[in-house]
Amino acid sequence: MWDYSDKVKDYFFNPKNAGVLGEANAVGEVGAISCGDALKLMMKVDPETEVIQEAKFQTFGCGSAIASSSALTELIIGKTLEEAVTITNQDIADFLGGLPPEKMHCSVMGYEALQAAIANFRGEEWRDDHEEGALVCKCFGVDEGVIERAIRMNRLTSIEQITDYTKAGGGCLTCFDKLEELLAGVNAALVAEGVLAAHEAYRLGVADAGEIKAKAKARKEAEKEAAAPPASPLAPASPLPPPSAGMTNLKKIRLIEEAIEELRPYLKKDGGDCELIDIDGANVMVSLKGACMGCQMASVTVSGIQERLIAKLGMTIRVIPVKSHAH
Amino acid sequence: MRPVYLDNNATTRVDPAVVEAMLPFFTEQFGNPSSIHSFGASVGQSVKKARQQLQQLLGAEHDHEIIYTASGTEADNTAILSALEAMPGRDEIVTSAVEHPAVLALCQHLEKTGRAKVHYIGVDSLGRLDLEAYRAALTDKVALVTLMWANNETGTIFPIEALAELAKEVGALFHTDAVQAVGKVPIVLKGGAIDMLSLSGHKLHAPKGIGALYVKRGARFKPLLRGGHQERGRRAGTENAPGIIGLGKAAELAIAHMAEEQTRVKELRDRLENAILQRVPNCFVNGDIRERLPNTTNIAFEYVEGEAILLHLTRNGVAASSGSACTSGSLEPSHVMKAMNVPFTAAHGSIRFSFSRDNVPEDVDQVIETLPKILEKLRELSPFWAGANKGPNEFKPVYA
Repeated sequence: MWDYSDKVKDYFFNPKNAGVLGEANAVGEVGAISCGDALKLMMKVDPETEVIQEAKFQTFGCGSAIASSSALTELIIGKTLEEAVTITNQDIADFLGGLPPEKMHCSVMGYEALQAAIANFRGEEWRDDHEEGALVCKCFGVDEGVIERAIRMNRLTSIEQITDYTKAGGGCLTCFDKLEELLAGVNAALVAEGVLAAHEAYRLGVADAGEIKAKAKARKEAEKEAAAPPASPLAPASPLPPPSAGMTNLKKIRLIEEAIEELRPYLKKDGGDCELIDIDGANVMVSLKGACMGCQMASVTVSGIQERLIAKLGMTIRVIPVKSHAH
Repeated sequence: MRPVYLDNNATTRVDPAVVEAMLPFFTEQFGNPSSIHSFGASVGQSVKKARQQLQQLLGAEHDHEIIYTASGTEADNTAILSALEAMPGRDEIVTSAVEHPAVLALCQHLEKTGRAKVHYIGVDSLGRLDLEAYRAALTDKVALVTLMWANNETGTIFPIEALAELAKEVGALFHTDAVQAVGKVPIVLKGGAIDMLSLSGHKLHAPKGIGALYVKRGARFKPLLRGGHQERGRRAGTENAPGIIGLGKAAELAIAHMAEEQTRVKELRDRLENAILQRVPNCFVNGDIRERLPNTTNIAFEYVEGEAILLHLTRNGVAASSGSACTSGSLEPSHVMKAMNVPFTAAHGSIRFSFSRDNVPEDVDQVIETLPKILEKLRELSPFWAGANKGPNEFKPVYA
């Protein structure tokens, strides 16, 4: 059985705000019985003030799904829609004292139901990302269509790249076999179309799930270390090694600009963008724009940019996101 | 609240008599059974006696047909890898879609690495093997057929002796993962067509960490572990003497209790199953209720999720198990439920209750008292439940 926090257990065994809200004027429904979990969030919103006066839920799912749903209602009651819309799945998990990594999708379901309910109140259409084929990565809610498109558009040839571009496989990695299958399938099609060299294409069995997990774990730990203390994003937590000898500042700036220019098309495809703001030694200040700004996965994007810069420059670089008006 | 243990297909309590039999082999009888001095020789004699006890339980012709392993998984892996190596010119494996991961994961790996072509034979909605597909897969390219005797999730029993006869017709080796069947159903290997059989000690009241592989005399065999000459060179490594002695004693006890499994234990299982079906609406039994292990029932509860049921059961002192969904970190129902085409409305809420001779009628009473309330509470929470309630005994699965 999972190692649930006491708060998760409490919210599962004694869920608050469970049931049907007859006077709901904002309803968000996500998930499906075929996927193993589903949530119907019902809210009563004051049309004048847009304050969420009441919220109730019905959930089909495991202990953490029910606890996350209940926690969500606690988090949103009394908030305005403007305030509620900024609540992320991490806020739900944090409220519960954390969730096992494999159960983070439960909090994502809560986040999605909230977005759907707010859209429902505003008369907008909320697009369910799970409608493009089978759901592959449950931790991050990524479906087959999104993964196939990312592989095809970006000529991805490794599992790690899929994770970097779509987040799929970034959690428990139980979707490893499916990711492999999709990657090999799309790569084979790209080879047949003549847009990918045969030797570059991914072959089944080349990657090792255990190794990828270990690398991801090491990366997460390194990120955690680099992120502490979080006092100021402009104040690096620890001194970084000096830039590689022999590289002029001008060359370094050009390479960084080049790398960011190479990345921008991918970010733009997802409705986001990135702009170089400043360089200070090994610190590179960037501004995330569009969908990237405020995205719950922004830290993953920043870490991806950092990895690309390190690879390009062959030196340790710290990428620090700053607001665009900083320059 | 008294604890009720109904997860015996996961593991069983070690019988006190087994513990008693093992204890001297940790202390005064500590010799290496392969040593020729008196310290080792007496242990060697006890290992031999244990081998004969296991031989009796399996109805094997010779005691040396038994190779001790560290687990059922090791036995399964040894059988499969041995067959591929021992049958040159044949590179196909026939298995079923509902095997234990100890077989399936290795088969998938062999397939992925190009070492074997694997035929995964499907099952019907009751978990019965598709015999037509099985016959069609049997050709002279098949090195090994590996099929489970009884399914760990549903208890459904395959007609294993007859399936072995069919495999012999194409000259393939036949292995059965009998981890769930040994000790619960009578087994007579002597004179039959089964070449190899895997079992695990902790499923029959022996400790964890001891298993065995039966290899019929004359069947082709290649060892997995190489090194010493233990087990006649077929499994290197110093014998786990206490475990082996414990397994021997457990085998002796299993023979003595075999009839009880088919009567008293089965009656407890049936009483629980019938009471649940009567008191809880929208539920049904997964698997073949006729050809089934006497101790196992797997019940699908519509519109609720298995882990949520288990958490409540645990809080009420009842230990059972769910083969599906969130307990394994995946949101998908178990491969067994999927292979049986159990509808999603029910597959996610399937719970396995597995009994042993340790269970008493009060265990059943406690579950009957607890479970309907749990289901009622969780269904009130479920967005799919409203309007779905058709009342007791009115629901019939459409696929059966």
